[in-house]
Amino acid sequence: MTRLLTAATALSLGLAGAAMAQDYADQMKARQGQFRILAINLGTLGDMAQGKTEYDAEAAQAAADTLVAVSMIHQPPLWPEGSSTAEMDGTRAKPEIWTDWEDFASKWAGLGEAAGAMQTAAGEGLDAIRPAMGELGGACKACHDSYRAPRN
Amino acid sequence: MRKALGIVVVAALAAAAAGWVLTAPNRLPDARFSGMTGDPAAGERVFTAAGCASCHHAPDASDDEKLVLSGGQRFVSEFGTFVAPNISPDPEHGIGTWGLSNFANAVMRGVSPSGRHLYPAFPYTAYAHMRDTDVVDLWAYLLTLPASQVPSEPHEVAFPFNIRRGVGAWKLLYMSDGWVLDDVPDAQLERGRYLVEALAHCGECHTPRDGLGGLDTSAWLSGAPNPNGTGTIPGLTPDRLDWDAGAIAYYLESGFTPDYDSAGGHMVAVVESFAKLDAADREAVAAYLKALPAGGDMD
Repeated sequence: MTRLLTAATALSLGLAGAAMAQDYADQMKARQGQFRILAINLGTLGDMAQGKTEYDAEAAQAAADTLVAVSMIHQPPLWPEGSSTAEMDGTRAKPEIWTDWEDFASKWAGLGEAAGAMQTAAGEGLDAIRPAMGELGGACKACHDSYRAPRN
Repeated sequence: MRKALGIVVVAALAAAAAGWVLTAPNRLPDARFSGMTGDPAAGERVFTAAGCASCHHAPDASDDEKLVLSGGQRFVSEFGTFVAPNISPDPEHGIGTWGLSNFANAVMRGVSPSGRHLYPAFPYTAYAHMRDTDVVDLWAYLLTLPASQVPSEPHEVAFPFNIRRGVGAWKLLYMSDGWVLDDVPDAQLERGRYLVEALAHCGECHTPRDGLGGLDTSAWLSGAPNPNGTGTIPGLTPDRLDWDAGAIAYYLESGFTPDYDSAGGHMVAVVESFAKLDAADREAVAAYLKALPAGGDMD
């Protein structure tokens, strides 16, 4: 009987946890979507930088402008407390984001700076894009170093 | 009966004595490095490729602070928690007074200056394959780095793993002079093998370990559970990583995967190191990975 009660309690707690996590599914999808937009536009620029596609100043500029636009999205609403790997499935956001919020925010600001540098470089040709691409890679890594959990 | 017992006792003593001898720290001959002088500039490249700073810089260091090798990063494992020591040139808290021979014994044999076995959280099973000149150059470079007076912290390792002689037995099982990939038909593959198997010690995380914590070389670089907890370290063999060689080299330079996701976790430090090396080195690593058998099965 006791065991049954314990199991029932555990189950209901589990369900409650899952229900609570559900509440932040939209925020999670939104933040993952913005990273996806970044990746697609980094792809446009990176494929040019690697010589996989021909350099196209207009396409490069549009991609760089998009990176800047994403970097300007106000982040706090997308990262509510209680939406880390500790509370939700489907996310790789580590709890350290919330314990070191200021540092996390400065890493996002770093993306903004790197995107701005790419915005300046994009129209100037491949020799300008390559180092700007390196800077963007640095901004991504700087944050993923501490705040993104490995894939399962 | 008494005679039989006597034989058993003698045999047991002999086995114990043999075990004691076999598990003793095995130093390199003192003369091996005599007369050699290092080139600090060349040593800097070795230092970068070997990723020394990644583990030995202070836990929250950034940028140039990463050259202060004060230690303190913690590495959790199922055998206990290992704390990276201070390996800055400080004479008291670091390794400034060690001298070349002691340094080489630590790096290539996992033996401390006082003759104790070091724990293999320090990847000396990989560094054992380093060229002597690289070790000498590395030592010359390390002495040019800033000294730190932060004391090294003790490892948090419980019985029985705190018996250092046990590490001697472990070394008998898992330290090898041989390469994992035997056949390297050209200079690029040979360089790639040296970078992957020796300096960059990729196998430490990307190869699964057995129950005693030794690398399972029959599944070389085929991926493994993350030693620091959650998630999986991806496999690098051609069946597990289908990127072409150019994509692997670009990842090591920029941190971008072919679909422009980016490196995370400890790979960030690895990519930062590889980005500083020559393009030819990144291409050599890519060539080596593409030459591995499926599943890393070397048998």
